[in-house]
Amino acid sequence: MSEKKELQVAALKNGTVIDHIPSNKLFTVVSLLGLQDEDANITIGNNFESKKLGKKGIIKIADRFFTEEEISRLSVVASKIKLNIIRDYEVVEKKEVEMPDELRGIVKCNNPKCISNNEPMQTWFHVIDKEKGLLKCHYCEKEQQKDNIKLL
Amino acid sequence: MENRSLVTIAEHSKEKIMYLLEMAREFEKKPNRHLLAEKVVATLFFEPSTRTRLSFETAANRLGARVIGFTDPKVTSSSKGETLKDTIMMVSNYADIIVMRHYLEGAARYASEVAPVPIVNAGDGANQHPSQTMLDLYSIYKTQGTLENLNIYMVGDLKYGRTVHSLLMAMRHFNPTFHFIAPDELKMPDEYKLYCQKHHIKYVEHTDFTEETIADADILYMTRVQRERFTDLMEYERVKDVYILNNKMLEHTRPNLKILHPLPRVNEITYDVDDNPKAYYFQQAKNGLYARQAILCDVLGITLDEVKADTEK
Repeated sequence: MSEKKELQVAALKNGTVIDHIPSNKLFTVVSLLGLQDEDANITIGNNFESKKLGKKGIIKIADRFFTEEEISRLSVVASKIKLNIIRDYEVVEKKEVEMPDELRGIVKCNNPKCISNNEPMQTWFHVIDKEKGLLKCHYCEKEQQKDNIKLL
Repeated sequence: MENRSLVTIAEHSKEKIMYLLEMAREFEKKPNRHLLAEKVVATLFFEPSTRTRLSFETAANRLGARVIGFTDPKVTSSSKGETLKDTIMMVSNYADIIVMRHYLEGAARYASEVAPVPIVNAGDGANQHPSQTMLDLYSIYKTQGTLENLNIYMVGDLKYGRTVHSLLMAMRHFNPTFHFIAPDELKMPDEYKLYCQKHHIKYVEHTDFTEETIADADILYMTRVQRERFTDLMEYERVKDVYILNNKMLEHTRPNLKILHPLPRVNEITYDVDDNPKAYYFQQAKNGLYARQAILCDVLGITLDEVKADTEK
């Protein structure tokens, strides 16, 4: 598997490999996870060939493990993203990004007349359909597609 | 403390709706009671709505409460840039309950999350207007004797009409059959048709509005087709006179038919209908008083039993 080869090339001792990132979403993932402010060794690769996605991006971060909450944020960008947890050069765990039941403070409501766009407050969405990526604003109750929605 | 705020009717169970309707019926028998004596009700209208405000304030007054508030946000601090939260927190210091109308959608939900006192949503933008829905339900219940198995015809602007959407959702408990009568540009949004499918609610769509179309109606819920809703003004000119109800169309309708309208009416019901016993829109507005009395009491934790027990003159 090409995935395994990549892991070997980077020879990450401990840390996380974020794989199967759609190429056009790579830098969104970087900012969603706040990687620009990390001190750890980070390798970012993009436009690698991928059977599933055509082109994909990979991020490898040394000595950094993500919480479930951080991982669930990625679901807004793409649901196919995979995380490999590396300890002592071995993949000890694989995690798939899964859409959580709700999103707080991550995305912006599309409705300009929603209170959440007019008041200093946290946004809040309920995930109605994980497969279709259908979200419903907790406040204005408008349903929206995650692909049409802006990150905060 | 449990938050007793009323933000949307969609969260109410069938039992809860029937309970509130029973309570409204008690208030209709005897509207003047002192159940809210020593309470202060704040009515915050961030957007003017005279009809709704007068109805809520009358409800509060007839229950013996005192009323504070504003009717126009231009005179308040929100025009100076104060946040909704700050206004709500400030008013919560003074009032036991806040009745709030706001031009932004979700404002009532947010207020109910930050306020230490209960919030009653008196309309938040195009989103919810639960007291209107309660009075619509009460009007249907009162005139038909039941909410079950009715043929409800909704006419006019079904796309933007907040009242028809809320009514549709609240009726899901009662096995209705809906007929949606609207021009193409203003037809019922897919969202609500999916809602009907999901809840096994039967519906039929029509674009023509004739005597034949409405022959089986128990309730005819009229709304206004507004010019500003149209992107294509030619289309508006073509349909503007189609969705007008006149007295002649009622000749062969069911004897139990009642015509509802959230008001204000402009020309969608001709004036010759007003004298027809099937016209019910003015009584409907009056029912709003009883429905709002029930809402205020319920939100403040006063039970149906307490209302029934109150026989003092």
